[in-house]
Amino acid sequence: MGLSTDSTAAPPGAAAPGDSPATPPAEDDLAPLKVVPARHYARWVAAAAVIVLVAQFAHGLITNPVWEWHVFRDYVLSETIVQAVGVTLQLTAYATVLGFLLGTVLAFMRLSRSPVLQTVSWTYIWVFRSIPMIVQLVFWFNLSALYDELGVGIPFGPVFWSVDSNSLIGTIGAALIGLSLHQAAYAAEIVRGGVIAVDHGQLEAAAALGIPRLRQIRRIVLPQAMRGILPTAGNEIIGLLKGTSVVYVMAIGELFYQVQVIYGRNGRVIPLLMVATAWYVVLTSLLSIAQYYVERRYARGANRTPPPTPVQRARRLVRDLRAAAARRDRPVVPSKTVGADR
Amino acid sequence: MSEVMVDVRGVHKSFGPLEVLRGVDLQVRAGEVTVILGPSGSGKSTLLRTINHLEKVNRGWISIDGELIGYRRSGGKLHELKEKEVLKQRTHIGFVFQNFNLFPHLTVLENLVEAPVSALRRPRTEAEETGRRLLERVGLADKTDAYPRQLSGGQQQRVAIARALALEPKVLLFDEPTSALDPELVGEVLDVIKDLAATGTTMIVVTHEIGFAREVADTVVFMDDGAVVEQGPPAAVLDAPHHERTRAFLSKVL
Repeated sequence: MGLSTDSTAAPPGAAAPGDSPATPPAEDDLAPLKVVPARHYARWVAAAAVIVLVAQFAHGLITNPVWEWHVFRDYVLSETIVQAVGVTLQLTAYATVLGFLLGTVLAFMRLSRSPVLQTVSWTYIWVFRSIPMIVQLVFWFNLSALYDELGVGIPFGPVFWSVDSNSLIGTIGAALIGLSLHQAAYAAEIVRGGVIAVDHGQLEAAAALGIPRLRQIRRIVLPQAMRGILPTAGNEIIGLLKGTSVVYVMAIGELFYQVQVIYGRNGRVIPLLMVATAWYVVLTSLLSIAQYYVERRYARGANRTPPPTPVQRARRLVRDLRAAAARRDRPVVPSKTVGADR
Repeated sequence: MSEVMVDVRGVHKSFGPLEVLRGVDLQVRAGEVTVILGPSGSGKSTLLRTINHLEKVNRGWISIDGELIGYRRSGGKLHELKEKEVLKQRTHIGFVFQNFNLFPHLTVLENLVEAPVSALRRPRTEAEETGRRLLERVGLADKTDAYPRQLSGGQQQRVAIARALALEPKVLLFDEPTSALDPELVGEVLDVIKDLAATGTTMIVVTHEIGFAREVADTVVFMDDGAVVEQGPPAAVLDAPHHERTRAFLSKVL
Protein backbone atom coordinates (compact mmCIF):
# COMPACT_ATOMS: atom_id res chain seq x y z
CA MET A 1 0.00 0.00 0.00
CA GLY A 2 0.88 3.56 0.06
CA LEU A 3 1.72 3.70 -3.65
CA SER A 4 -1.17 5.88 -4.66
CA THR A 5 -1.32 8.35 -1.87
CA ASP A 6 -0.76 11.25 -4.22
CA SER A 7 -3.26 9.96 -6.80
CA THR A 8 -6.33 12.07 -7.48
CA ALA A 9 -8.40 8.90 -7.88
CA ALA A 10 -8.96 8.50 -4.11
CA PRO A 11 -12.67 7.99 -3.48
CA PRO A 12 -14.62 10.95 -2.19
CA GLY A 13 -14.97 11.14 1.53
CA ALA A 14 -11.79 9.15 1.95
CA ALA A 15 -9.67 12.20 2.49
CA ALA A 16 -7.29 11.37 5.28
CA PRO A 17 -7.80 13.30 8.46
CA GLY A 18 -4.23 14.50 8.21
CA ASP A 19 -5.14 16.06 4.86
CA SER A 20 -7.68 18.54 6.11
CA PRO A 21 -6.06 21.87 6.77
CA ALA A 22 -6.20 23.28 10.22
CA THR A 23 -7.83 26.46 9.00
CA PRO A 24 -10.48 26.31 6.24
CA PRO A 25 -9.35 28.09 3.04
CA ALA A 26 -10.63 31.54 2.31
CA GLU A 27 -13.90 31.56 0.32
CA ASP A 28 -12.33 33.08 -2.83
CA ASP A 29 -9.19 30.91 -2.90
CA LEU A 30 -9.91 27.68 -4.84
CA ALA A 31 -6.31 26.54 -5.11
CA PRO A 32 -6.22 24.22 -2.04
CA LEU A 33 -9.58 22.56 -2.84
CA LYS A 34 -9.60 18.91 -3.86
CA VAL A 35 -10.97 18.15 -7.36
CA VAL A 36 -13.53 15.29 -7.48
CA PRO A 37 -13.66 13.78 -10.99
CA ALA A 38 -17.12 13.34 -12.57
CA ARG A 39 -18.58 9.79 -12.37
CA HIS A 40 -19.88 8.28 -15.61
CA TYR A 41 -22.14 5.49 -14.35
CA ALA A 42 -23.88 4.86 -17.71
CA ARG A 43 -20.52 4.52 -19.39
CA TRP A 44 -19.43 1.93 -16.81
CA VAL A 45 -22.59 -0.13 -17.33
CA ALA A 46 -22.17 -0.06 -21.12
CA ALA A 47 -18.52 -1.09 -20.81
CA ALA A 48 -19.42 -3.99 -18.52
CA ALA A 49 -22.09 -5.23 -20.95
CA VAL A 50 -19.68 -5.09 -23.89
CA ILE A 51 -16.99 -6.93 -21.91
CA VAL A 52 -19.44 -9.75 -21.15
CA LEU A 53 -20.32 -10.07 -24.85
CA VAL A 54 -16.66 -10.09 -25.89
CA ALA A 55 -15.88 -12.72 -23.25
CA GLN A 56 -18.72 -14.91 -24.52
CA PHE A 57 -17.45 -14.59 -28.09
CA ALA A 58 -13.88 -15.44 -27.06
CA HIS A 59 -15.13 -18.36 -25.00
CA GLY A 60 -17.03 -19.72 -28.03
CA LEU A 61 -13.98 -19.26 -30.23
CA ILE A 62 -11.86 -21.31 -27.86
CA THR A 63 -14.27 -24.01 -26.78
CA ASN A 64 -16.46 -24.69 -29.84
CA PRO A 65 -14.99 -27.90 -31.30
CA VAL A 66 -16.06 -26.97 -34.87
CA TRP A 67 -13.15 -24.51 -35.06
CA GLU A 68 -10.80 -27.51 -34.83
CA TRP A 69 -7.84 -25.50 -33.64
CA HIS A 70 -5.54 -28.52 -33.87
CA VAL A 71 -6.16 -28.64 -37.64
CA PHE A 72 -5.42 -24.91 -37.76
CA ARG A 73 -2.13 -25.53 -35.93
CA ASP A 74 -1.19 -28.34 -38.31
CA TYR A 75 -1.66 -26.25 -41.42
CA VAL A 76 -0.91 -22.65 -40.54
CA LEU A 77 2.87 -23.04 -40.90
CA SER A 78 2.85 -25.99 -43.32
CA GLU A 79 5.07 -25.76 -46.37
CA THR A 80 2.20 -25.54 -48.86
CA ILE A 81 0.57 -22.66 -47.03
CA VAL A 82 3.81 -20.74 -46.49
CA GLN A 83 4.62 -21.10 -50.19
CA ALA A 84 1.12 -19.92 -51.06
CA VAL A 85 1.63 -16.89 -48.82
CA GLY A 86 4.80 -16.22 -50.82
CA VAL A 87 2.82 -16.24 -54.07
CA THR A 88 0.23 -13.89 -52.58
CA LEU A 89 2.98 -11.51 -51.46
CA GLN A 90 4.66 -11.63 -54.88
CA LEU A 91 1.42 -10.88 -56.70
CA THR A 92 0.76 -8.00 -54.31
CA ALA A 93 4.26 -6.57 -54.58
CA TYR A 94 4.49 -6.71 -58.38
CA ALA A 95 0.97 -5.43 -58.92
CA THR A 96 1.58 -2.58 -56.45
CA VAL A 97 4.82 -1.49 -58.10
CA LEU A 98 3.55 -1.85 -61.68
CA GLY A 99 0.15 -0.41 -60.82
CA PHE A 100 1.53 2.67 -59.09
CA LEU A 101 4.20 3.27 -61.75
CA LEU A 102 1.61 3.19 -64.52
CA GLY A 103 -0.83 5.07 -62.30
CA THR A 104 1.67 7.88 -61.72
CA VAL A 105 2.26 8.19 -65.47
CA LEU A 106 -1.51 8.25 -66.06
CA ALA A 107 -1.97 10.87 -63.33
CA PHE A 108 0.56 13.23 -64.92
CA MET A 109 -0.92 12.58 -68.37
CA ARG A 110 -4.26 13.64 -66.98
CA LEU A 111 -2.67 16.75 -65.43
CA SER A 112 -0.69 17.62 -68.57
CA ARG A 113 -1.62 20.43 -70.93
CA SER A 114 -1.97 18.07 -73.89
CA PRO A 115 -5.63 17.28 -74.63
CA VAL A 116 -4.60 14.02 -76.29
CA LEU A 117 -2.77 12.75 -73.19
CA GLN A 118 -5.61 13.95 -70.96
CA THR A 119 -8.21 12.12 -73.01
CA VAL A 120 -6.25 8.89 -73.24
CA SER A 121 -5.66 8.89 -69.49
CA TRP A 122 -9.29 9.69 -68.72
CA THR A 123 -10.50 6.92 -71.04
CA TYR A 124 -8.13 4.38 -69.51
CA ILE A 125 -9.33 5.18 -66.01
CA TRP A 126 -12.94 5.07 -67.15
CA VAL A 127 -12.55 1.67 -68.82
CA PHE A 128 -10.56 -0.06 -66.11
CA ARG A 129 -12.66 1.24 -63.27
CA SER A 130 -15.75 0.04 -65.09
CA ILE A 131 -14.70 -3.60 -65.54
CA PRO A 132 -14.90 -5.84 -62.47
CA MET A 133 -11.47 -7.21 -61.69
CA ILE A 134 -12.58 -10.82 -61.98
CA VAL A 135 -14.04 -10.23 -65.45
CA GLN A 136 -10.81 -8.58 -66.54
CA LEU A 137 -8.71 -11.42 -65.14
CA VAL A 138 -10.67 -14.02 -67.08
CA PHE A 139 -10.26 -11.88 -70.20
CA TRP A 140 -6.47 -11.89 -69.83
CA PHE A 141 -6.55 -15.59 -69.06
CA ASN A 142 -8.27 -16.12 -72.40
CA LEU A 143 -6.12 -13.65 -74.31
CA SER A 144 -4.95 -16.30 -76.71
CA ALA A 145 -8.54 -16.78 -77.85
CA LEU A 146 -8.55 -13.12 -78.91
CA TYR A 147 -5.04 -12.82 -80.29
CA ASP A 148 -3.08 -16.03 -80.63
CA GLU A 149 0.03 -14.09 -81.60
CA LEU A 150 1.40 -10.81 -80.28
CA GLY A 151 3.83 -8.88 -82.47
CA VAL A 152 5.71 -5.63 -82.92
CA GLY A 153 5.29 -3.83 -86.22
CA ILE A 154 3.74 -0.89 -88.05
CA PRO A 155 -0.04 -0.53 -87.60
CA PHE A 156 -1.75 -1.95 -90.71
CA GLY A 157 1.78 -2.68 -92.01
CA PRO A 158 4.36 -5.43 -91.68
CA VAL A 159 5.05 -7.23 -88.38
CA PHE A 160 8.73 -7.51 -87.45
CA TRP A 161 8.59 -9.78 -84.43
CA SER A 162 5.85 -11.91 -82.98
CA VAL A 163 5.33 -14.47 -80.25
CA ASP A 164 2.65 -16.92 -79.25
CA SER A 165 0.54 -15.04 -76.72
CA ASN A 166 0.08 -17.95 -74.30
CA SER A 167 3.80 -18.67 -74.08
CA LEU A 168 4.55 -14.97 -73.55
CA ILE A 169 2.06 -14.35 -70.81
CA GLY A 170 1.28 -17.57 -68.98
CA THR A 171 -1.14 -17.79 -66.08
CA ILE A 172 0.82 -15.77 -63.51
CA GLY A 173 1.61 -13.18 -66.16
CA ALA A 174 -2.06 -12.85 -67.03
CA ALA A 175 -2.93 -12.43 -63.37
CA LEU A 176 -0.22 -9.81 -62.90
CA ILE A 177 -1.31 -7.85 -65.97
CA GLY A 178 -4.90 -7.93 -64.82
CA LEU A 179 -4.13 -6.86 -61.25
CA SER A 180 -1.66 -4.15 -62.35
CA LEU A 181 -3.90 -2.60 -65.01
CA HIS A 182 -6.81 -2.59 -62.61
CA GLN A 183 -4.65 -1.10 -59.86
CA ALA A 184 -3.20 1.54 -62.18
CA ALA A 185 -6.61 3.08 -62.82
CA TYR A 186 -7.18 3.58 -59.10
CA ALA A 187 -3.57 4.56 -58.41
CA ALA A 188 -3.82 7.25 -61.11
CA GLU A 189 -6.66 8.95 -59.29
CA ILE A 190 -4.92 8.63 -55.91
CA VAL A 191 -1.71 10.18 -57.23
CA ARG A 192 -3.63 12.92 -59.04
CA GLY A 193 -5.50 13.70 -55.82
CA GLY A 194 -2.23 14.05 -53.95
CA VAL A 195 -0.66 16.24 -56.63
CA ILE A 196 -3.54 18.70 -56.95
CA ALA A 197 -3.54 19.12 -53.17
CA VAL A 198 0.01 20.55 -53.25
CA ASP A 199 -0.05 24.33 -52.94
CA HIS A 200 0.19 25.96 -56.38
CA GLY A 201 2.79 28.37 -55.00
CA GLN A 202 5.23 25.45 -54.71
CA LEU A 203 5.21 24.91 -58.48
CA GLU A 204 5.46 28.65 -59.09
CA ALA A 205 8.45 28.92 -56.79
CA ALA A 206 10.12 25.95 -58.49
CA ALA A 207 9.40 27.47 -61.91
CA ALA A 208 10.67 30.88 -60.81
CA LEU A 209 13.93 29.26 -59.69
CA GLY A 210 14.35 27.65 -63.11
CA ILE A 211 14.31 24.09 -61.73
CA PRO A 212 13.89 21.65 -64.65
CA ARG A 213 10.35 20.33 -65.13
CA LEU A 214 10.97 16.67 -64.28
CA ARG A 215 12.98 17.66 -61.25
CA GLN A 216 10.11 19.94 -60.12
CA ILE A 217 7.82 16.91 -60.14
CA ARG A 218 10.25 14.47 -58.54
CA ARG A 219 11.83 16.69 -55.94
CA ILE A 220 9.22 19.33 -55.12
CA VAL A 221 5.73 18.08 -56.02
CA LEU A 222 5.73 14.32 -55.43
CA PRO A 223 7.32 14.34 -51.95
CA GLN A 224 4.67 16.80 -50.81
CA ALA A 225 1.90 14.97 -52.65
CA MET A 226 2.94 11.77 -50.85
CA ARG A 227 1.36 13.07 -47.65
CA GLY A 228 -2.03 13.00 -49.36
CA ILE A 229 -1.32 9.89 -51.41
CA LEU A 230 -0.12 7.55 -48.63
CA PRO A 231 -3.25 7.01 -46.53
CA THR A 232 -5.34 6.15 -49.58
CA ALA A 233 -2.51 4.20 -51.18
CA GLY A 234 -2.24 2.16 -47.97
CA ASN A 235 -5.92 1.33 -48.32
CA GLU A 236 -5.40 0.31 -51.94
CA ILE A 237 -2.40 -1.92 -51.26
CA ILE A 238 -4.19 -3.69 -48.41
CA GLY A 239 -7.22 -4.03 -50.68
CA LEU A 240 -4.96 -5.46 -53.36
CA LEU A 241 -3.39 -7.96 -50.93
CA LYS A 242 -6.81 -9.35 -50.19
CA GLY A 243 -7.92 -8.83 -53.79
CA THR A 244 -5.25 -11.26 -54.99
CA SER A 245 -7.51 -14.02 -53.63
CA VAL A 246 -9.65 -13.42 -56.72
CA VAL A 247 -7.00 -14.99 -58.95
CA TYR A 248 -7.96 -18.39 -57.53
CA VAL A 249 -10.27 -18.50 -60.58
CA MET A 250 -7.12 -18.92 -62.68
CA ALA A 251 -5.87 -21.81 -60.52
CA ILE A 252 -2.82 -19.90 -59.31
CA GLY A 253 -1.37 -21.29 -56.10
CA GLU A 254 -1.88 -18.27 -53.90
CA LEU A 255 -3.14 -18.46 -50.34
CA PHE A 256 -6.89 -18.69 -50.88
CA TYR A 257 -6.58 -21.18 -53.76
CA GLN A 258 -4.35 -23.53 -51.76
CA VAL A 259 -6.64 -23.36 -48.75
CA GLN A 260 -9.53 -24.38 -51.00
CA VAL A 261 -7.52 -27.21 -52.49
CA ILE A 262 -6.70 -28.53 -49.00
CA TYR A 263 -10.20 -28.37 -47.60
CA GLY A 264 -11.54 -29.84 -50.84
CA ARG A 265 -9.38 -32.83 -50.02
CA ASN A 266 -9.93 -33.21 -46.26
CA GLY A 267 -13.25 -31.40 -45.74
CA ARG A 268 -11.96 -29.28 -42.84
CA VAL A 269 -13.43 -26.05 -44.21
CA ILE A 270 -13.64 -23.85 -41.13
CA PRO A 271 -10.11 -24.32 -39.68
CA LEU A 272 -8.57 -23.86 -43.11
CA LEU A 273 -10.52 -20.68 -43.73
CA MET A 274 -9.14 -19.56 -40.37
CA VAL A 275 -5.62 -20.32 -41.63
CA ALA A 276 -6.19 -17.98 -44.58
CA THR A 277 -7.80 -15.39 -42.32
CA ALA A 278 -4.91 -15.44 -39.87
CA TRP A 279 -2.37 -14.91 -42.64
CA TYR A 280 -4.33 -12.09 -44.23
CA VAL A 281 -4.61 -10.39 -40.84
CA VAL A 282 -0.88 -10.76 -40.15
CA LEU A 283 0.12 -9.46 -43.58
CA THR A 284 -2.31 -6.55 -43.35
CA SER A 285 -0.97 -5.66 -39.92
CA LEU A 286 2.59 -5.65 -41.22
CA LEU A 287 1.53 -3.39 -44.10
CA SER A 288 -0.22 -1.04 -41.68
CA ILE A 289 2.92 -0.74 -39.58
CA ALA A 290 5.01 -0.09 -42.68
CA GLN A 291 2.51 2.55 -43.75
CA TYR A 292 2.82 4.33 -40.40
CA TYR A 293 6.58 4.70 -40.75
CA VAL A 294 6.51 5.68 -44.43
CA GLU A 295 3.92 8.34 -43.66
CA ARG A 296 6.05 9.60 -40.83
CA ARG A 297 9.03 9.95 -43.14
CA TYR A 298 7.07 12.02 -45.64
CA ALA A 299 5.73 14.24 -42.86
CA ARG A 300 9.20 15.73 -42.42
CA GLY A 301 8.92 19.49 -42.07
CA ALA A 302 5.12 19.33 -41.79
CA ASN A 303 5.12 19.64 -38.01
CA ARG A 304 7.32 21.75 -35.83
CA THR A 305 8.04 18.75 -33.59
CA PRO A 306 7.12 15.33 -34.98
CA PRO A 307 5.08 13.15 -32.57
CA PRO A 308 7.01 10.19 -31.06
CA THR A 309 6.66 6.75 -32.65
CA PRO A 310 5.00 3.97 -30.61
CA VAL A 311 8.47 2.49 -30.01
CA GLN A 312 9.77 5.82 -28.73
CA ARG A 313 6.65 6.17 -26.61
CA ALA A 314 7.13 2.69 -25.14
CA ARG A 315 10.79 3.45 -24.39
CA ARG A 316 9.82 6.68 -22.70
CA LEU A 317 7.22 4.85 -20.62
CA VAL A 318 9.77 2.23 -19.51
CA ARG A 319 12.22 4.98 -18.62
CA ASP A 320 9.59 6.85 -16.62
CA LEU A 321 8.52 3.69 -14.77
CA ARG A 322 12.14 2.88 -13.95
CA ALA A 323 12.70 6.38 -12.68
CA ALA A 324 9.56 6.10 -10.56
CA ALA A 325 10.71 2.76 -9.19
CA ALA A 326 14.12 4.19 -8.40
CA ARG A 327 12.45 7.01 -6.50
CA ARG A 328 10.39 4.52 -4.50
CA ASP A 329 13.40 2.40 -3.67
CA ARG A 330 15.22 5.31 -2.09
CA PRO A 331 14.92 5.60 1.69
CA VAL A 332 11.82 7.59 2.58
CA VAL A 333 12.58 11.21 2.93
CA PRO A 334 10.04 13.16 4.93
CA SER A 335 7.98 15.16 2.50
CA LYS A 336 4.53 16.65 2.10
CA THR A 337 2.96 13.35 0.94
CA VAL A 338 4.21 11.41 3.91
CA GLY A 339 1.72 13.03 6.21
CA ALA A 340 -1.12 11.65 4.07
CA ASP A 341 0.20 8.09 4.21
CA ARG A 342 -1.82 5.91 6.51
CA MET B 1 24.41 56.66 -66.34
CA SER B 2 24.43 52.87 -66.32
CA GLU B 3 22.65 50.88 -68.98
CA VAL B 4 19.07 49.64 -68.82
CA MET B 5 18.80 46.23 -67.12
CA VAL B 6 15.05 45.65 -67.29
CA ASP B 7 13.15 47.03 -70.26
CA VAL B 8 9.36 46.73 -70.35
CA ARG B 9 7.68 48.03 -73.51
CA GLY B 10 3.97 48.44 -74.14
CA VAL B 11 2.94 45.38 -72.12
CA HIS B 12 -0.70 44.37 -72.23
CA LYS B 13 -2.15 41.49 -70.23
CA SER B 14 -5.73 40.28 -69.91
CA PHE B 15 -7.29 37.53 -67.85
CA GLY B 16 -10.32 36.68 -69.95
CA PRO B 17 -12.32 39.87 -70.40
CA LEU B 18 -10.44 41.61 -67.58
CA GLU B 19 -7.63 43.84 -68.86
CA VAL B 20 -5.05 43.97 -66.06
CA LEU B 21 -2.16 45.72 -67.84
CA ARG B 22 -2.95 48.35 -70.48
CA GLY B 23 0.34 49.21 -72.10
CA VAL B 24 3.01 49.46 -69.41
CA ASP B 25 6.44 50.97 -70.12
CA LEU B 26 9.18 50.72 -67.54
CA GLN B 27 12.96 50.98 -67.62
CA VAL B 28 15.15 49.93 -64.70
CA ARG B 29 18.86 50.73 -64.78
CA ALA B 30 21.47 48.32 -63.53
CA GLY B 31 22.18 48.70 -59.83
CA GLU B 32 19.06 50.75 -59.17
CA VAL B 33 16.10 50.07 -56.90
CA THR B 34 12.65 50.66 -58.34
CA VAL B 35 9.67 50.60 -56.00
CA ILE B 36 6.22 50.13 -57.51
CA LEU B 37 3.33 51.58 -55.53
CA GLY B 38 -0.35 51.54 -56.28
CA PRO B 39 -3.76 50.46 -55.03
CA SER B 40 -4.57 46.75 -55.04
CA GLY B 41 -5.83 45.61 -58.41
CA SER B 42 -3.67 48.16 -60.20
CA GLY B 43 -1.62 45.42 -61.90
CA LYS B 44 1.63 45.76 -59.90
CA SER B 45 1.98 42.06 -59.10
CA THR B 46 0.93 40.99 -62.58
CA LEU B 47 3.57 43.28 -64.07
CA LEU B 48 6.20 41.71 -61.84
CA ARG B 49 5.07 38.22 -62.83
CA THR B 50 5.28 39.04 -66.54
CA ILE B 51 8.91 40.09 -66.09
CA ASN B 52 9.98 36.54 -65.22
CA HIS B 53 7.37 35.07 -67.57
CA LEU B 54 5.21 33.48 -64.88
CA GLU B 55 2.49 35.27 -66.88
CA LYS B 56 2.63 35.51 -70.66
CA VAL B 57 1.96 38.96 -72.10
CA ASN B 58 -0.70 39.50 -74.74
CA ARG B 59 1.10 42.38 -76.39
CA GLY B 60 4.42 44.22 -75.93
CA TRP B 61 7.77 42.77 -74.90
CA ILE B 62 10.19 42.57 -72.02
CA SER B 63 13.95 42.22 -72.09
CA ILE B 64 16.52 41.78 -69.35
CA ASP B 65 20.12 42.76 -69.98
CA GLY B 66 19.27 42.96 -73.68
CA GLU B 67 17.81 39.44 -73.81
CA LEU B 68 14.18 39.08 -74.83
CA ILE B 69 12.15 37.16 -72.22
CA GLY B 70 10.03 34.23 -73.41
CA TYR B 71 10.70 34.77 -77.12
CA ARG B 72 13.47 34.58 -79.69
CA ARG B 73 13.61 36.99 -82.58
CA SER B 74 14.62 35.54 -85.89
CA GLY B 75 13.64 36.14 -89.51
CA GLY B 76 11.22 38.94 -88.71
CA LYS B 77 9.25 36.74 -86.33
CA LEU B 78 9.05 36.18 -82.58
CA HIS B 79 9.38 32.49 -81.78
CA GLU B 80 7.94 31.39 -78.47
CA LEU B 81 10.64 29.75 -76.34
CA LYS B 82 10.28 26.20 -75.05
CA GLU B 83 9.68 25.73 -71.34
CA LYS B 84 13.25 24.54 -70.90
CA GLU B 85 14.63 27.77 -72.35
CA VAL B 86 12.26 29.89 -70.27
CA LEU B 87 13.42 28.06 -67.15
CA LYS B 88 17.01 28.86 -68.10
CA GLN B 89 16.16 32.55 -68.47
CA ARG B 90 14.48 32.55 -65.07
CA THR B 91 17.74 31.59 -63.36
CA HIS B 92 18.84 35.18 -64.11
CA ILE B 93 15.75 36.61 -62.42
CA GLY B 94 15.31 36.18 -58.69
CA PHE B 95 11.72 36.25 -57.46
CA VAL B 96 10.57 36.67 -53.86
CA PHE B 97 6.93 35.80 -53.20
CA GLN B 98 4.49 37.37 -50.78
CA ASN B 99 3.88 33.95 -49.18
CA PHE B 100 7.57 32.92 -49.23
CA ASN B 101 6.78 29.60 -50.99
CA LEU B 102 9.70 27.84 -49.37
CA PHE B 103 9.74 24.08 -49.91
CA PRO B 104 8.42 22.83 -46.55
CA HIS B 105 9.80 19.28 -46.88
CA LEU B 106 13.38 20.47 -47.41
CA THR B 107 15.65 22.00 -44.81
CA VAL B 108 16.65 25.64 -45.09
CA LEU B 109 20.00 24.77 -46.67
CA GLU B 110 18.39 22.27 -49.07
CA ASN B 111 16.01 25.04 -50.16
CA LEU B 112 19.02 27.17 -51.10
CA VAL B 113 20.95 24.37 -52.77
CA GLU B 114 18.17 22.89 -54.93
CA ALA B 115 18.10 25.40 -57.81
CA PRO B 116 21.87 25.98 -58.19
CA VAL B 117 22.43 22.21 -58.33
CA SER B 118 19.54 21.24 -60.61
CA ALA B 119 19.24 24.33 -62.82
CA LEU B 120 22.83 25.58 -62.99
CA ARG B 121 24.53 22.19 -62.48
CA ARG B 122 26.78 23.54 -59.73
CA PRO B 123 28.58 20.94 -57.61
CA ARG B 124 26.63 20.31 -54.41
CA THR B 125 29.49 21.15 -52.04
CA GLU B 126 30.04 24.47 -53.77
CA ALA B 127 26.30 25.25 -53.67
CA GLU B 128 26.19 24.38 -49.96
CA GLU B 129 29.09 26.68 -49.27
CA THR B 130 27.37 29.52 -51.13
CA GLY B 131 24.16 28.70 -49.29
CA ARG B 132 25.80 28.94 -45.88
CA ARG B 133 27.41 32.24 -46.81
CA LEU B 134 24.06 33.66 -47.94
CA LEU B 135 22.34 32.48 -44.76
CA GLU B 136 24.99 34.24 -42.77
CA ARG B 137 24.34 37.36 -44.81
CA VAL B 138 20.62 37.33 -43.93
CA GLY B 139 21.45 36.55 -40.29
CA LEU B 140 20.28 32.93 -40.21
CA ALA B 141 23.56 31.02 -40.13
CA ASP B 142 22.25 28.90 -37.23
CA LYS B 143 19.12 27.74 -39.10
CA THR B 144 20.68 25.68 -41.91
CA ASP B 145 19.14 22.40 -40.76
CA ALA B 146 15.77 23.75 -39.63
CA TYR B 147 12.62 23.13 -41.65
CA PRO B 148 10.82 26.26 -42.90
CA ARG B 149 7.77 25.72 -40.66
CA GLN B 150 10.04 25.88 -37.63
CA LEU B 151 10.88 29.50 -38.49
CA SER B 152 8.98 32.74 -37.99
CA GLY B 153 7.50 34.50 -41.00
CA GLY B 154 10.28 37.07 -41.08
CA GLN B 155 12.92 34.34 -40.94
CA GLN B 156 11.17 32.42 -43.72
CA GLN B 157 11.13 35.46 -45.96
CA ARG B 158 14.83 36.03 -45.30
CA VAL B 159 15.49 32.42 -46.32
CA ALA B 160 13.41 33.02 -49.46
CA ILE B 161 15.56 36.05 -50.30
CA ALA B 162 18.73 34.01 -49.77
CA ARG B 163 17.25 31.28 -52.00
CA ALA B 164 16.68 33.81 -54.79
CA LEU B 165 20.22 35.16 -54.35
CA ALA B 166 21.74 31.68 -54.59
CA LEU B 167 21.33 31.81 -58.38
CA GLU B 168 23.26 35.10 -58.53
CA PRO B 169 20.49 36.73 -60.55
CA LYS B 170 20.89 39.88 -62.64
CA VAL B 171 17.75 41.32 -61.12
CA LEU B 172 15.66 40.61 -58.03
CA LEU B 173 11.88 40.96 -58.07
CA PHE B 174 9.97 41.31 -54.78
CA ASP B 175 6.21 40.78 -54.81
CA GLU B 176 4.92 42.45 -51.62
CA PRO B 177 7.62 40.75 -49.53
CA THR B 178 6.32 42.01 -46.19
CA SER B 179 2.54 41.86 -46.71
CA ALA B 180 2.15 38.42 -45.09
CA LEU B 181 4.20 39.36 -42.02
CA ASP B 182 3.25 40.49 -38.54
CA PRO B 183 4.08 44.19 -38.12
CA GLU B 184 7.02 43.56 -35.78
CA LEU B 185 8.66 41.24 -38.35
CA VAL B 186 8.49 43.67 -41.28
CA GLY B 187 11.61 45.54 -40.23
CA GLU B 188 14.00 42.55 -40.32
CA VAL B 189 13.01 41.74 -43.91
CA LEU B 190 13.22 45.35 -45.08
CA ASP B 191 16.67 45.61 -43.48
CA VAL B 192 17.89 42.68 -45.59
CA ILE B 193 16.50 44.32 -48.74
CA LYS B 194 18.14 47.63 -47.79
CA ASP B 195 21.50 45.87 -47.39
CA LEU B 196 21.09 44.37 -50.85
CA ALA B 197 20.28 47.82 -52.26
CA ALA B 198 23.45 49.17 -50.74
CA THR B 199 25.51 46.53 -52.57
CA GLY B 200 24.16 47.61 -55.93
CA THR B 201 21.74 44.77 -56.68
CA THR B 202 19.17 45.66 -59.34
CA MET B 203 15.75 45.33 -57.75
CA ILE B 204 12.09 45.92 -58.45
CA VAL B 205 10.01 45.94 -55.29
CA VAL B 206 6.23 45.95 -55.19
CA THR B 207 5.25 47.10 -51.71
CA HIS B 208 2.95 49.19 -49.58
CA GLU B 209 5.78 50.41 -47.34
CA ILE B 210 6.02 54.10 -48.27
CA GLY B 211 8.77 54.74 -45.74
CA PHE B 212 10.89 52.03 -47.32
CA ALA B 213 10.26 53.52 -50.78
CA ARG B 214 11.36 56.95 -49.61
CA GLU B 215 14.52 55.64 -48.00
CA VAL B 216 15.74 53.04 -50.50
CA ALA B 217 14.20 53.67 -53.93
CA ASP B 218 16.07 55.36 -56.75
CA THR B 219 12.81 55.50 -58.66
CA VAL B 220 9.26 55.29 -57.43
CA VAL B 221 6.63 54.17 -59.94
CA PHE B 222 2.97 54.78 -59.22
CA MET B 223 0.57 52.48 -61.03
CA ASP B 224 -3.19 52.62 -61.25
CA ASP B 225 -5.69 50.74 -63.37
CA GLY B 226 -3.08 48.76 -65.31
CA ALA B 227 -0.87 51.66 -66.33
CA VAL B 228 2.01 53.73 -64.98
CA VAL B 229 0.55 57.03 -63.79
CA GLU B 230 3.81 58.71 -62.86
CA GLN B 231 7.38 57.88 -61.95
CA GLY B 232 10.47 59.66 -60.71
CA PRO B 233 12.75 60.06 -57.70
CA PRO B 234 10.97 59.41 -54.38
CA ALA B 235 11.07 63.04 -53.37
CA ALA B 236 9.23 64.07 -56.53
CA VAL B 237 6.60 61.31 -56.59
CA LEU B 238 5.95 61.03 -52.86
CA ASP B 239 6.22 64.65 -51.78
CA ALA B 240 5.14 66.57 -54.87
CA PRO B 241 3.03 64.25 -57.02
CA HIS B 242 1.82 65.77 -60.26
CA HIS B 243 -1.11 63.51 -60.74
CA GLU B 244 -4.40 63.70 -58.91
CA ARG B 245 -4.66 59.88 -58.59
CA THR B 246 -1.19 59.67 -57.00
CA ARG B 247 -2.16 62.35 -54.50
CA ALA B 248 -5.40 60.54 -53.65
CA PHE B 249 -3.56 57.24 -53.08
CA LEU B 250 -0.81 58.80 -50.97
CA SER B 251 -3.30 60.68 -48.81
CA LYS B 252 -4.90 57.32 -47.97
CA VAL B 253 -1.75 55.39 -47.08
CA LEU B 254 0.40 58.06 -45.45
